Amino acid sequence: MLKIGSFQFSSRLFLGTGKYPNFDIQKQAVDVSETEVLTFSVRRMNIYDAKQPNFLEKIEVENYKFLPNTAGAKDAEEAVRIAKLANASGLCDMVKVEVIGCQKTLLPDPVETLKATEILLNEGYTVLPYTSDDVVLARKLEELGAHAIMPGASPIGSGQGIINPLNLQFIIEQARVPVIVDAGIGSPADAAFAMELGADGVLLNTAVSGAGDPGKMAEAMKLAIQSGRLGYEAGRIEKKAYANPSSPTEGISSGS
Amino acid sequence: MKINGDVITVEDNNKTVEHVIAHLGLEAKSLIVEHNQHILKKEEHPETLVTDGDRLEIVHFVGGG
Repeated sequence: MLKIGSFQFSSRLFLGTGKYPNFDIQKQAVDVSETEVLTFSVRRMNIYDAKQPNFLEKIEVENYKFLPNTAGAKDAEEAVRIAKLANASGLCDMVKVEVIGCQKTLLPDPVETLKATEILLNEGYTVLPYTSDDVVLARKLEELGAHAIMPGASPIGSGQGIINPLNLQFIIEQARVPVIVDAGIGSPADAAFAMELGADGVLLNTAVSGAGDPGKMAEAMKLAIQSGRLGYEAGRIEKKAYANPSSPTEGISSGS
Repeated sequence: MKINGDVITVEDNNKTVEHVIAHLGLEAKSLIVEHNQHILKKEEHPETLVTDGDRLEIVHFVGGG
């Protein structure tokens, strides 16, 4: 069981809801993934189109915990405002603090992320900050009281996978709250690797929504995360420089 | 009044935020309203009075990661 704040999850896959080809494919992917946590963004509504569909109308809202992000925020103040807007819906359970500090790389602003996390924690929110893979920053977020730490594997939507597994390992080793690897996952192998490193969960979006078959990829990710977690719990063998036969070296029949 | 940055004229009988949402045909939608930079809970929509020059921000959830 994964515990974040007062919530418990059987699934260790958190799924984003952006950029699916259409709502039907999206619903299929969400169903197949067996995720219990969905992320969303908050944006202005088109007030001139009363018929605009919304994905929330397609799903059974009560089956999921909602993790709205503060994407679009460039500083702590904007992030707090977006979190409060999301919270006013009455649908949200947690908040993903996301303060982008660089529009080209979409890497997070560490100072503003810390500030926003502190403010929202003081207001009683369950806060999951999206952060870079900086080990000290992760520790400081935890010291503030963040309910989980969400380091990026690589830039958002890049699909580059885990570019600094060592940092991620350090973050996981020091953390006493769950570590959810967020952003940059491209393939099931990346997701499994994150879990094998000891991550408590994986948040992904583009890797599924942008896949040739999002439904099939959702299933692949689900299995990869389960597999990686099992492997972590089982404890992998140590790497050795040289071969070590798995068959007995004694009693080899020579025929002579 | 200004709604999502656009100047919108509504008739005088639209006295509350709830009325304005209905005027826009958005009453069935899951949405969040900020009235003059004050974020409203849904139950505050019928009791929040609007007047000339007010600013409303109407937002909702969209896909995101």
